[in-house]
Amino acid sequence: MAQIDQLDPELGASLREKYAIVGVGETEYVRGSGTTTRAMAVRAVRNAMADAGLEPGQVDGMLSYSGMDSTLSTFVSSDLGIRLNFYMDVLGGGSSTEALIGIAMGVIEAGMCETVAIFRSMNGHSQTRVGGTGARAVAPVVSEFLHQRSYGWQSPGQLFAPSFLRHMYDYGTTPEQVAHVKVAHSHHASNNPKALYNNRVTVDDVVGSRMICKPLHLLDCCVETDNATAIIVTSAARAKDCRQVPALIRGVVGRVSKPRADLHYETGPISTVAGHYAAPRLWRNADVGPEDIDVTGSYDAFTFTTMLQLEDYGFCKKGEGGDYVSNGTIFLGGKRPNNTSGGHLCEGYTHGVSMVVENVRQLRHEADDSCPIGPDGKRQHTYDYSEGGCRQVKDAELSANLGWATPGTGSALVMRRGA
Amino acid sequence: MSKLTNETIVADYLGMTLQVDSLDNENQAYFAHCAAHNFHLQKCDDCGLIRYPVGTACAWCASGNFTWTPVEGKGAVHSYTEVAHAIQPAFKPYVPYMVLVVDLDTQKGAPTEHEALRVFGNLVTPDGVLAPPEAVASVGIGSRVRMVFTDITDGLAMPQWTIDEDAEQPGSPWRYPE
Ligand SMILES: [Zn+2]
Repeated sequence: MAQIDQLDPELGASLREKYAIVGVGETEYVRGSGTTTRAMAVRAVRNAMADAGLEPGQVDGMLSYSGMDSTLSTFVSSDLGIRLNFYMDVLGGGSSTEALIGIAMGVIEAGMCETVAIFRSMNGHSQTRVGGTGARAVAPVVSEFLHQRSYGWQSPGQLFAPSFLRHMYDYGTTPEQVAHVKVAHSHHASNNPKALYNNRVTVDDVVGSRMICKPLHLLDCCVETDNATAIIVTSAARAKDCRQVPALIRGVVGRVSKPRADLHYETGPISTVAGHYAAPRLWRNADVGPEDIDVTGSYDAFTFTTMLQLEDYGFCKKGEGGDYVSNGTIFLGGKRPNNTSGGHLCEGYTHGVSMVVENVRQLRHEADDSCPIGPDGKRQHTYDYSEGGCRQVKDAELSANLGWATPGTGSALVMRRGA
Repeated sequence: MSKLTNETIVADYLGMTLQVDSLDNENQAYFAHCAAHNFHLQKCDDCGLIRYPVGTACAWCASGNFTWTPVEGKGAVHSYTEVAHAIQPAFKPYVPYMVLVVDLDTQKGAPTEHEALRVFGNLVTPDGVLAPPEAVASVGIGSRVRMVFTDITDGLAMPQWTIDEDAEQPGSPWRYPE
């Protein structure tokens, strides 16, 4: 039997552009939703169904993920009058989105259902703090975590930081270079009326903000918010009957891991992340390369996660991520903007669904900025990216989402604008 | 081999409840060695490789057969973080504290070039207390460290790292630029 790493170039083509994202929806990004994860999930899925033009009887699959901090598909579907032919609620955090999109394609392909709504709902500020404070800080330290949390090493930032610092050591990457990720995303958020933080910041603001754990300053870290987000996946054939221009799924990879994914530090280089292993399969499945992509959604739990993934998926040479994120490329108006919504650093935190939502809107040429809406109901984009202005990427045809769970695990998705 | 003789260990350490479950045979054995101030790791009986952290089978050959083996607690800092904003309240008096990822000298670069036994721990004083700021400021990538233990309770001590006073230190270990 051939080794798994020997990719067959022919495989991966069979489902290319056979499935699409036809609906996206969310709740507002707030600190203090004043409601349950169930209520938020229902609103987000309902918004996505309305966006797609789907009735309850036209959705029959549901997928969600959580860290045991959220509602379940059975409650959400019941509230929406949806009878399910398939559902699963899985454990997962960042990078679950792209993986569940692949699973949705698979279950539809298997004939198990026709149309799948995927949601993530979290009171990430007012109930379960992802940063590890609150309930998670007082839980007993057991089993594997005796080798981590016991050392005051428990939040995502603390756990990932040795990889980030090692990248600086291995390649000379500077805090100022990486700070440009926050600067770019803050510019994008300033043109996103939904964003929690819509003020533009500078490199000095980032490296001058208080240190959390080296090399992460406060502004290198994402925000914690209460929010739900949803996307709807169906076949390209069914997509023709939906309201929106479909975002065709060209290729997906899900939860690709480094060796020793438990904490990844035993197998170096520790400045290399899961994207290194995911990239060949992603580009094989999508039959395009990084150079073809118009807009990226590289997960920004931290400024460094965006940089590391862009590098390991091949948007620049290994070690040149610091230059790539600071040379203007990732800004609106640059060659390949990243996280045009402002992402988790600025718009709000929703464990990655929002970055796919944003790229779907980009491919529709319907970024929900402040540009005027014309008589045809479509936004008349100005492509003036100054503060408060447009955030639509001109003629966006191909997008890539790079989801991050940990340095050791990630997922990715390539979409193309449909007809 | 499973034992039914373990007791669940529960102890407080810096405001956290550390718990080694009675069924967690591997961690029970690991921490019992640490409590005796011996560092033992699991060595695969089939391929001979030593593994860290504690696991139930070999990370390279999947064998379930292993022997606890003494390992020298010496190495060099591979990477680290320095925490200024503690999450656990009881760590706050010690900030900035350091979490080290240390390449053991034993089995470094095996079985492949970029692999090593990378053992976690805080930078501590020789008697196992989180290190003061001046010690933290002197340590970076490349610093030579040796293992010491922080005693928690019967059957439980945590392996930690302290500056190896007897080792030749790099002229200036790499640190995050101030
Ligand atoms: Zn073995």
